Amino acid sequence: MSGTGGGGNGNGSGPRKRIVAVEAYCIGCRLCEINCLVKRSRSRKILKAFRRERDAVVPGIRVEESGHVSFALQCRHCDDAPCIAACITGAMHRDPATGAVVCDESRCAGCWSCVMVCAVGAVRPGKKRKVASKCDLCMGEEMPVCVAGCPNEALRYEER
Amino acid sequence: MRKWLVQPDFVVERDPERCVQCQVCVRQCANDVHSYDAEDGAVLSDSARCVGCHRCATLCPTGAISIRQSELEFRCNSNWTPGLIRNLYRQAEGGGVLLSGMGSDRPLKVYWDHLLLNASQVTNPSIDPLREPMELATFIGRKPDRVAYARTDRGAELQTVLEPQLELPFPILFSAMSYGSISLNAALALARAAHETGTLGNSGEGGMHRDVRPYAGNMIVQVASGRFGVDVEYLNRAAAIEIKIGQGAKPGIGGHLPGEKVDAAVSETRMIPEGTDALSPAPHHDIYSIEDLRQLVFAIKEATRYGKPVGVKIAAVHNVAAIASGCVRAGADYVAIDGFRGGTGAAPTVIRDHVGIPIEFALAAADARLREEGIRNRASLIAAGSFRSSADVVKAVALGADAVYVATAALVAMGCHLCQRCYTGKCNWGIATQDPYLTRRLNPEVATRRLVNLLRSWAFEIKEMLGGMGINAIESLRGNREHLRAVDLTEAELEVLGVKAAGVGA
Repeated sequence: MSGTGGGGNGNGSGPRKRIVAVEAYCIGCRLCEINCLVKRSRSRKILKAFRRERDAVVPGIRVEESGHVSFALQCRHCDDAPCIAACITGAMHRDPATGAVVCDESRCAGCWSCVMVCAVGAVRPGKKRKVASKCDLCMGEEMPVCVAGCPNEALRYEER
Repeated sequence: MRKWLVQPDFVVERDPERCVQCQVCVRQCANDVHSYDAEDGAVLSDSARCVGCHRCATLCPTGAISIRQSELEFRCNSNWTPGLIRNLYRQAEGGGVLLSGMGSDRPLKVYWDHLLLNASQVTNPSIDPLREPMELATFIGRKPDRVAYARTDRGAELQTVLEPQLELPFPILFSAMSYGSISLNAALALARAAHETGTLGNSGEGGMHRDVRPYAGNMIVQVASGRFGVDVEYLNRAAAIEIKIGQGAKPGIGGHLPGEKVDAAVSETRMIPEGTDALSPAPHHDIYSIEDLRQLVFAIKEATRYGKPVGVKIAAVHNVAAIASGCVRAGADYVAIDGFRGGTGAAPTVIRDHVGIPIEFALAAADARLREEGIRNRASLIAAGSFRSSADVVKAVALGADAVYVATAALVAMGCHLCQRCYTGKCNWGIATQDPYLTRRLNPEVATRRLVNLLRSWAFEIKEMLGGMGINAIESLRGNREHLRAVDLTEAELEVLGVKAAGVGA
């Protein structure tokens, strides 16, 4: 595991946009999971996504609950990401533009090393395709769909 | 399952074409209407439990849920209405006093809807509030009988000592909602919105929670018959103190917060033992006359060193004008009058729906009486009891109110859907509940923003209406009933309101 050092966005350290969960206001509705699943589906349409791809797509976010306490958890895009270090093919890498940790599915061998080393359980094995599935901060979107769709603003997208 | 005479109020319909079994509705309904059948992979709905709060329909990502009024119709009868029949079934089953939340929903005449505002044409210019100054600043408190000036080297100087005043940016305050009846997040949002806009919130009779204290400078605190949470710090922290005699939704009766709701935080705030019932007696047991009220008013003024206005809140009842006059003579700096349609967290339905008079009449009568007696300047009048839009506010000011109290409109801005089940403690919108699963549904940051938006938009609308009338300050409209005309009202109604019929000129 090597931190690449230095400041800035692309190399993993320093402030950059992150998804932050506000535990006090998470209402456990799981709309973030639903919106993520739709975003990651081929059609990106909720009815079609649930009818055809519900068992194929793994949402990159998951609501953890215990009693009335709940919060949405997704990849922390760690500064010193163990999944990148553990990846045997180099599929898991840091996007130079956003600093997000993303998986290049064309190179992923499905060995699940990343799944095993992730401390928060945010990398999950794909269901139908044998590739690692995780949050990519909705690359290309101004606002990740989980944040945009949270009805109680319990998810924030802010520089940290 | 045993069949019961009370049939469901609502029918929950789920469009099978659109339902994706995501179970958001299952997770959001505190009344357990929706459930997931894992064996069939289907979401089911039990309409009998639905209170019509729309939480599920609002959050459903595919719009698969619609809620309709039950179409099960009784044989047409104008005397034995469906509501009365259902209430009889409920009472026959349970044998108790039926409760309701929020203000009365009876289809009585709403007088605001029969009053219309004036506007300028040709002979007097209207004013564009975006181009010219428009003053909504409102001062609540006792005004002097006359003002005396002295000529000095620096010009004229005011010699009259002014009584303490509350300065508001517009004639709207949040009315009393106690912590206990509403969640801490709701109370916090109201206090923060008042703080942000410069108006005032009202603690209600349940004391002031620690977390609300930073905003106490924008809060009125209540001293009610139960005296919950009252000590000298509580009084001195606030912007003003209000003696609560009555509430529009339940004039003449007290309150009862069941012991189950008195958790550690509520117990600390109300200064009563945990788990005990919080009983507000019907009368204040030390107030049986105007003279007694005067003693309490001045005890509070002494305790706060005459530095804050002390008001009295009464319910609008038959003799409201004389009672308001008595309150002013007892030393009240403002009198708040809460009308028949005012809201509540819990009231016996029969009281809510049958006791008291509409705020329109109460306000007009009290304002007229205080003028006749030459004491109108000694106290401000705050009208309460269902102000639904900025037009209602403007009409109230023209009828004689210095300002209005809004609560239901504020709750609606925070998400309330007026399901009237506040007393169950199962508010799906996180407002009228202390359940930790539900209170977190009201993010106070979001709620504060929505309340501030509501107040600002009403202020803009009020400026537009004033401008149309050719008035550039709310003070010029106060008690100016020439700017009101009535439609579809009887002579007797017009006389009490002091308003001319539409079509009658100046």
